[in-house]
Amino acid sequence: MDFDLMITSLPKLLSAAVITVKLLSASLIIGLFIGFLFAVLRLNKNPFINKFAYGYSYLFRGTPLLVQIFIIYYGLGQIEWLRSTFLWVILKEPYWCAIIAFALNTGAYTSEILRSAFQTIKPGIIEAGKSLGISSKIILYKIQIPVAIRQSLPAYGNEIILMMKGTSLASTVTLMDITGVAKHIVSTTYKPLEVFLLAGGIYLFMTFIIHNLIKYLEKKYSFQ
Amino acid sequence: MDLLSFGKTGWGDELFYATLMTIAVAVTAMLIGFLFSLIFTPLKLSNNKFLNFIGNTYTTVIRGVPELLVIYLFFFGGSGAIMYVASIFGYFEYIEINAFITGSVAIGIISGAYSTEVFRGAIQSIDKGQFEAAKVLGVSKYVQFYKIILPQMLRLAIPNLSNVWQITLKDTSLISVTGLVEIMRQSYIAAGSTRDPLFFYCFAAVLYLMLTFLSMKLINRLEIKYSRGF
Repeated sequence: MDFDLMITSLPKLLSAAVITVKLLSASLIIGLFIGFLFAVLRLNKNPFINKFAYGYSYLFRGTPLLVQIFIIYYGLGQIEWLRSTFLWVILKEPYWCAIIAFALNTGAYTSEILRSAFQTIKPGIIEAGKSLGISSKIILYKIQIPVAIRQSLPAYGNEIILMMKGTSLASTVTLMDITGVAKHIVSTTYKPLEVFLLAGGIYLFMTFIIHNLIKYLEKKYSFQ
Repeated sequence: MDLLSFGKTGWGDELFYATLMTIAVAVTAMLIGFLFSLIFTPLKLSNNKFLNFIGNTYTTVIRGVPELLVIYLFFFGGSGAIMYVASIFGYFEYIEINAFITGSVAIGIISGAYSTEVFRGAIQSIDKGQFEAAKVLGVSKYVQFYKIILPQMLRLAIPNLSNVWQITLKDTSLISVTGLVEIMRQSYIAAGSTRDPLFFYCFAAVLYLMLTFLSMKLINRLEIKYSRGF
């Protein structure tokens, strides 16, 4: 074990952790919007809309994240007319391509989590609201959504951790996140064990923080 | 469609063999994962605090670290570690481990952490009365496990194991970074030489979708078989 190398590479890895956190938070925020949208579409009674939303989540949950990133980063640049639109400003940056891929991916999983949360709300709660003469709009905003959010917290916590691990794939499209920097250090020092274990430790620490944060939120918003 | 023709001009046969490689890696990794969960599930359920700690450390660490990092660690660190062990026994030549083996073991260890959690959950959700009844009837530990606990456990575990299988299948795409020619690597090669990444990566996505779809169909059959009588 080369402890000196571990000490010198720790600051480099920690500054790379900022990029990991940025990637994670940006894709989670966008993914949450996408997830909400598609969860609502999934619950729509129109079979066409319904099937469309199902197809989206099936497509993104059935293929590896790596394929999705590669299609967006390497594939979309091939379409000529796309290069002339303003979208190209975004799509030529690996940073934004990674965020788009992560957001679409986590959006698919989030939509499934929220859908099942909406579907498992006890009908009695909604009926109670109706019998009290509360309008269906207020039932949605004040009863259904808060209950659904609380119910989906544990599953969403897992999704955040999965997404955090997923951000390591950003290193395959030249981004210097924790994994990217770790690989770079290894390629110059040939000490894989020390550097990758250190990087793993940083990821594990982040998992630990997310895990405890979700646990705290679960306790705070428990039904009791 | 020319791009997908078999033979020298197209990439059809290459992608076909790459798909077989993906299946081979996924199945091997899943089996290695089962071996790991065979060791670690009893540890996690043990009353001994130390054994319990080992079991928990395995599942927590592996599930808390990116899969890509585990693969890098095995791919770049694996041969070094083996050479170190070999040097103790007086062997100093360079040892290179096969990419298939490193990849399968790395994915297998990840898959094992997930299936350990599944088996633990399944055993814990079996009614305590079943264990007690077996004890009262004087059934041996061996028969108790194979004839009473295992069949019930499998029924509970199969739906979750199908999730583990899906995760494992998708994780195999990460082995492409080590140069093993599976679907992702083959698409990368084809995309590079034809300058048509959009087509090949989309086709790779279709191949993965096909694999997940077909395996879901198969697993559903198993699920029906093991839930007979419920």
